[in-house]
Amino acid sequence: MTHTLSPNDSETVLRIVGELKGRPGPLIEVLHAIQAALGYVTEGAVPVVAQGLNLSRAEVHGVVTFYHYFRRTPPGKHVVSLCRAEACQSMGADELAEHAKRSLGVDFHETTGDGKFSLEPIYCLGNCACSPAAMVDGRLYGRLTAERFDAMIAEQGRNK
Amino acid sequence: MTVTVYVPIDAAALSLGADEVASAIASEAAARGVELNLVRNGSRGACWLEPLVEVVTANGRVGYGPVTPADVPGLFAADFLNGGQHALALGLVEAVPWFASQQRLTFARVGIVDPQSVADYVANDGYQGLRRALSLAPAQIVQAVLDSGLRGRGGAAFPTGIKWKTVLDQPAGQKYITCNADEGDSGTFSDRMLMEGDPLALVEGMTIAGIAVGATQGYIYLRAEYPHAYRALNRAIAAAYQARYLGNDVMGSGKRFDLEVRMGAGAYVCGEETSMLESLEGKRGEIRVRPPLPAIKGLFGQPTIVNNVMTLATVPIILQKGAEFYKNFGVGRSRGTLPLQLAGNIKRGGLVERAFGVTLRELLYDYGGGSATGRPIRAVQVGGPLGAYIPASQFDVAIDYEALAGIGALLGHGGIVVFDDTVDMARMARYAMEFCAVESCGKCTPCRIGSTRGVEVIDRILGGVETERNVRQLEELCETMLQGSLCGLGGMTPFPVTSALKHFSEDFRARTRH
Repeated sequence: MTHTLSPNDSETVLRIVGELKGRPGPLIEVLHAIQAALGYVTEGAVPVVAQGLNLSRAEVHGVVTFYHYFRRTPPGKHVVSLCRAEACQSMGADELAEHAKRSLGVDFHETTGDGKFSLEPIYCLGNCACSPAAMVDGRLYGRLTAERFDAMIAEQGRNK
Repeated sequence: MTVTVYVPIDAAALSLGADEVASAIASEAAARGVELNLVRNGSRGACWLEPLVEVVTANGRVGYGPVTPADVPGLFAADFLNGGQHALALGLVEAVPWFASQQRLTFARVGIVDPQSVADYVANDGYQGLRRALSLAPAQIVQAVLDSGLRGRGGAAFPTGIKWKTVLDQPAGQKYITCNADEGDSGTFSDRMLMEGDPLALVEGMTIAGIAVGATQGYIYLRAEYPHAYRALNRAIAAAYQARYLGNDVMGSGKRFDLEVRMGAGAYVCGEETSMLESLEGKRGEIRVRPPLPAIKGLFGQPTIVNNVMTLATVPIILQKGAEFYKNFGVGRSRGTLPLQLAGNIKRGGLVERAFGVTLRELLYDYGGGSATGRPIRAVQVGGPLGAYIPASQFDVAIDYEALAGIGALLGHGGIVVFDDTVDMARMARYAMEFCAVESCGKCTPCRIGSTRGVEVIDRILGGVETERNVRQLEELCETMLQGSLCGLGGMTPFPVTSALKHFSEDFRARTRH
């Protein structure tokens, strides 16, 4: 089983590794840069990173899979992260999550059929006095209701 | 005359539309031919008033909030630029009781200054602590921190000065200052607010730590969920370098201190200090067995200070005003002030900084105004997902490390999450186990396996299956996790579970079998 990178992606990954490998403890920095550039940490990047940083593939794989933030599959066009932690639960986050799943037609960790939205759980966005909270493509939302959630999705849909 | 208007850039304010309010104000001003100096400040912490717009008048800063873009034309019509009357007018912000009764030391500048401006920082007492530190011998700086009684604000409450002294006493060589900004506890946001609203206080605190123990490199380990803080810190660090408060000649002293931000990648356990160090080294965030202590063998095997954002950001005022000044706040062995966070189902949520000794009841009702839903408050969780649930009968407890420990609770990072009487405490107990299962680093068995078994046992209780036997089993499991886990994640997950069982036993026992 081989996962090969496209020439473009390969060039990107090699460039990132080249730029960051001199830094102390660079692996997580490298993975962040790859995800920022490609949208996720593609399987094909693992051996390239391992070789570039003089690590084993197992070490790189171990780090990629340890951290929730690193994606191993391409995200939808928009990533919707719903907070599931206690403060948001006290203001109806569980009901909001059910609404979000129904309205997008996906479960957590899934992407809608049209590739537009990925739904992810997140454990605290630090917006706990304005619960329930969500983040969409780095933008933070507070005091969400089912109606505000739908409006937020509609707005993102229009933005393409 | 140009009027200065403040609209917060804090993430909580942005989540409620602060950017839209700022642009509505800018375009309305342009349409009216009014010249504005629009400053994007941090939040003053009253999340219930956000977006809180402030106007500088001859009498002081006058507030309006919560403002929506639709309110903006009306505000102009009411002459808010001259402090005019309006339904949203709050008067002088500092006279609003919610703010006036607070004791802000760590948060003295948050919401007041432009977070990116070194000049504004310096004009508001900034860098006076570092200036004083540079006039002292390293041991004297450490002694000041020790004498202040400051204890680690991340949750462990270990005396900060002792940590610093241990690092100072290590032989000269590469040492590190690391800031734990992996604020993952639900119900906490003080680190975020400070990093967005007064990032230079953290930069200054870390620089003082570096000068004190002879460390030339600092790292801020910031959680990935905080992109706003990431930008604010990087801008502040760049400004500090430019003004020579960082780099190879800190304030002309000839001493070096470099600082950078490293982003975490979504792992709660990395808030544990040894796991954070592993992650900073680019590895899986698995717990290290102690000893050796990080102060002796920490980042890349070198002596390392690991302190929380609140701890480090409090150091400048201790150096500036002296250990005695700081120590005079607080009670018993809990000295100074604590930035508390009122969160969840609370009417007036946000950040309240008070000296230790304030009671939970004062926070919930005097500041918080009761629940957001208007229903009775049934339980509060203090100290994050590993903190105990406290019932209404114990709301008179004082916010003080020892007083909370006395009722089997803990203060943690000062987050207070409020639940009304619709909460199902057996479900909250289940969530505690579920969270531990999701976030366990997997290194030790009680945490890795125990949390999953915990979810299963609580599921049986929820299903009304052999309740008494399963409750006993849950208690035994909690005891095993408490005694046998390597770090606080597995070792403290039992706190919310057993406190829920103890104080809200009816939620576990009233289940009907199905």
